[in-house]
Order: sequence, then structure tokens, then C-alpha cells
Amino acid sequence: MATVQISEAEKVYILHGVRDDLRVDGRGCEDYRHMEVETDMVSNTDGSAKVSLGHTDVLVGVKAEIGKPRPVARDEGYLEFFVDCSANATPEFEGRGGDELGVELSNTLYKVFGNRSSLDLKSLCISPGEHCWVLYVDVLLLQCDGNLFDAISVAIKAALFNTKIPKVHLSEDEQGGKEIELSDDPYDCMRLNVENVPCVVTLCKVGHRHVVDATMQEKACSVASLIISVTHKGTITCVRKVGGGSLDPESIFEMTETGKRVGKALHAPLMELLHKEESLGKKRDKVGFLG
Amino acid sequence: MTSNKSAVWKTVSMAADMRLPTIRKQVSLSASLSALDGKDLVVPGDVITSDTGFMRGHGTYMDEEKLTASVAGEVERVNKLICVRPLKTRFNGEVGDVVVGRVTEVQQKRWKVETNSRLDSVLLLSSVNLPGGELRRRSAEDELAMRDYLLEGDLISAEVQSVFSDGALSLHTRSLKYGKLGQGVLIQLSPSLIKRQKTHFHNLPCGTSIILGNNGFVWLYPTPGHQDEEAGGYYTSLEPVSLSDREVISRLRNCLLALSAHKVMLYDTSVLYCYESSMPHQIKDILKPEVMEEVVMVTRQKLMEQEG
Repeated sequence: MATVQISEAEKVYILHGVRDDLRVDGRGCEDYRHMEVETDMVSNTDGSAKVSLGHTDVLVGVKAEIGKPRPVARDEGYLEFFVDCSANATPEFEGRGGDELGVELSNTLYKVFGNRSSLDLKSLCISPGEHCWVLYVDVLLLQCDGNLFDAISVAIKAALFNTKIPKVHLSEDEQGGKEIELSDDPYDCMRLNVENVPCVVTLCKVGHRHVVDATMQEKACSVASLIISVTHKGTITCVRKVGGGSLDPESIFEMTETGKRVGKALHAPLMELLHKEESLGKKRDKVGFLG
Repeated sequence: MTSNKSAVWKTVSMAADMRLPTIRKQVSLSASLSALDGKDLVVPGDVITSDTGFMRGHGTYMDEEKLTASVAGEVERVNKLICVRPLKTRFNGEVGDVVVGRVTEVQQKRWKVETNSRLDSVLLLSSVNLPGGELRRRSAEDELAMRDYLLEGDLISAEVQSVFSDGALSLHTRSLKYGKLGQGVLIQLSPSLIKRQKTHFHNLPCGTSIILGNNGFVWLYPTPGHQDEEAGGYYTSLEPVSLSDREVISRLRNCLLALSAHKVMLYDTSVLYCYESSMPHQIKDILKPEVMEEVVMVTRQKLMEQEG
């Protein structure tokens, strides 16, 4: 993970600030930095989104390809995740430096998003046992300024919302062989229901309290954090502890409660924003990467 | 633990602020454009002159006998030498510059300090004030105890003593105002935005002190009391900073980020005016683009009125 070095006195300053519920940037313990979301950024994907949270910048692209269903779930499609840690984000990622973090992130993404409770995988099936849609979700880290998980999860949800999968028609010839025909009309497409896709909330234990959306400096003061994925109903679908330190059961309980509350509050503004962006359609000025 | 618990529940969860990105426009007052007059700004590829009588300096190259800019910046001419001083750059230190830096390595008789220059700067053991008197020989014990004074990760304020031939800086802290920094907040900005002034240490009237390092590192800290100053710069207080001081520091931090996002030169007056203009807003809201724009606009107006 990209890290920063800070001195003892700075740590003490941050710790006392969190204790007083006034963080270095003036936020309270449960405040997010303001988040900017833009979808439909990359034309050669089926769905894409860019999220910036403070100076954290994440780009997610979703590509749909036809593949063979997994033997364990013959009537379902599936998702593949790949996280690319660009050396643009931090020089630490140069060469193979980002591989470890990339694998760690994509493993967590499989657990959080790649199951039937988050997406209707059955709708990705074309013909059971033979053909299904495989969604390749590629995450590119453009800049790291803490709280990667939350930014990635929001970007994935936005990209999945933005994903347009072309409709297919199955036809059978005389010999009983099946033929797949892709619709020519670019507007004749299937959308995914992202209602149940969870968002991830990372809670960092700083001193005796915990904060959401920790910056790199705050992260450097914390020994352990909890990654919680929460759906719009407030159901927790996945909890993971990262970092070397330990958490006592009581604080885990407190953190999950906070995570639930904060996570639930993330969905409504995100969906509102995505619908608004879509309703604007082509009228909206695209900002892209140079804004 | 239990006393903190009640405080946790007390905080009201706020819906996250999500929005579409907007194309960032620079806040500028029409009159402030006149400041550009008389300055020769170029972008890479611009032909500066086709006169062959000039010498090629930094930031330029010869393209078909024409002197062309290789960086975006301001053209500077010294006799026959033409240079382009880039707007976005790392710190090019000069003797006497005040810098804020972070110790990255402890070596034999020297510390390596990160100062946003192209190369790490050095702080020699012989150019610091050791506790216990000005005139003292640096013994082998002092060399062994170097980590007791400055550790990896520690922040220091220092002055550039000399510049090596490769451009690396040699620093010194031989004054009571320099030395190790205690509790506070570091902000890393562009060195081009720091206005050169007589003093870069300011005790602002809002109850906080600021060090505007020439290298773009800005240090905000609560104004120290008298007893701290006598300890010679190596004593750091780990006593909690009061909430009111914290609020001022956080507000100033966000103001500095707002000013730098809109490319306003930073010096005590601009910082103070921005602080005053931000008062109607909550500290955490200052970083929102629309609030930032408004605050910077008001600051610019105040600065213009002051200039007359």
C-alpha cells in the first residue's frame, strides 16, 4: 500500500484531533471528502466510471464478453476483477511494486461484488451451460490519497450502472446447432440492476476512535482498519480486517454499526447522481481527465 | 473507552457529498490581468527569438537556428543569456532560502532531508545547534546520538547554507528559530506560489503561526509560548493542542489549499485575507469547488483594494 512517513509529533496532533472530532481538514470522524463521479469516460468499454475522492482518483471500466458458464453455476454469468496500480499513482508501484496491492484489492472485490446477492448473475446467462456474459471489471488507480476501497467500490457501482450489454438472439438451425446473433442497434441493450450492489466503507481505528475516509496521514496513524461492504438497505455483506494491529470485539461492534450507518447513506446520493447524469445525456459537458 | 463511546454516538452521520465533476475555471478579476503586462509568458515550442546573437539557457533549445522554449514559463534575459523559468517546477534552492523539510535518512555526520528539490538536501551535524551551548566540538558521541535529535520522518525548518555543484542543497539550523518542528500540519504546495519576503515566519493574529517555506512546504502550528523557545529547538511538546487552535489551523490549511488551487501567491496578507473571507463557511466546506471559488474571489478583491 502506498504509504507516507510522518513524525511522532504529527501523529500526536492527528490522534488528538480525531479524539476531539476535528480532523486536520476540518471534517468530523464520519465525514467523507467530497466525491466527484463521472460515468461513460472510456468509449471502448461497455461501461466506465471515474471517481475522485480528495486526491484519490480511480477509473473503472467494464467489458462484457461471451464466455462459458462455470460448471458450478451453469445458468449464471460471472465477473472477473483486475486492479492495475499505475506507477502514475505513486512511484512505489513502479515495476512489480503494485502487484501485491492489486491482488489484495481484486481478491476483496471478488468477495464483495462477485456473488449473486449483489448482482443478478442469472440475467447474464445466454444459454445455460453453454454461453454467458462475463463482465471484466478493470480498475485503474490513477492517484492514491487514502481510502482506495471506498472510491473503488463507488466507481464499480457507477460503472456497472453505466454498463450496456448488447441484446443477443439465440437461433437454432436445422441440425440443432445454436447460433448467437448480436443486435446491431447500439440502443438495443440490456442494463444491469445495481440496486443491491454494495458500497465499501473503510473504518480506520485511530487512537480510541475510528474514522471513515482516512487520508494517507491518518492511515499512517492507524494500526488496523475494517473494510465493511454495505447494501442500500444497510445489510452488511462482507467484513474484513486489514492492517497489522488488533481490534477488540467491542470496537469491532462499534465500527460495524458506524459502517452500516455511513454505508447506507452513501447509496442514495450516488444513485440520485447517476440518474441525474443519465437524464442529462448528451447535454452534459464531459469533463474527462483534463478537468 | 466508555467515555469515548458516548461521543461516537453523538456525531450525526451526514450524507456524503457526491457530485458531477465540473470544468475548473480560474477565478480572475478582469483588472488582475494587467499584472501579466510586461511579462513574457511562453509555452513549449514557442519561438522566443530567431536572432542568433543570444545564448541558450535553461528551459530553451535551438530549433532550426531559432531559440525555442522547452517549458511553460516566464522568459528571463540576463545580457545575452535567455532562460525560461518554468511555472511548475521542483524547488531550486538559493542560499538564504527558508525551507521546511522531512528527514529521510540518518547517515554518518549528516541527515538527508526531503525538501521538494530534485535531489535530497543534506543537513550536516556540524551545521546544527546542539543543546548545551553554541561552541562545542562535535564528538564521536554526538555522532552516535544523532538519532536522539532528529529521526527519520521528523520535520525541520532550516535555511539553505550553500548549493553543491550538482544542485543539492546544504542546510543549516544555526539559529534559534530553526530546528525540529513539533505538533502542527504540513501542507505541500508548489514552490512557485510562495512569495519571497523578508521573513517567512509569521505569527498570525488569528492565534497561529505559519512557516511559508520557499520550497512550497508550509507548516502551520500553534504559536509557541515563551518557555518553548528557550529549549533550543529540540524539545517537542506532546501536550494536546486546544480545540480552538485546531480549528484555526484546519481553517488555514483549507484556505491555503484553496489559494493554491486558484494560483494566488502566498504570503502573510493573502493567507490572512483568505482566512477572513472563509469565516462565513464551515471549515470542511472550504474545499468544495464552489465555496473555494467564492472565498478566493473575495480574497482577490480584498488584496486589490489593499494595493489600491
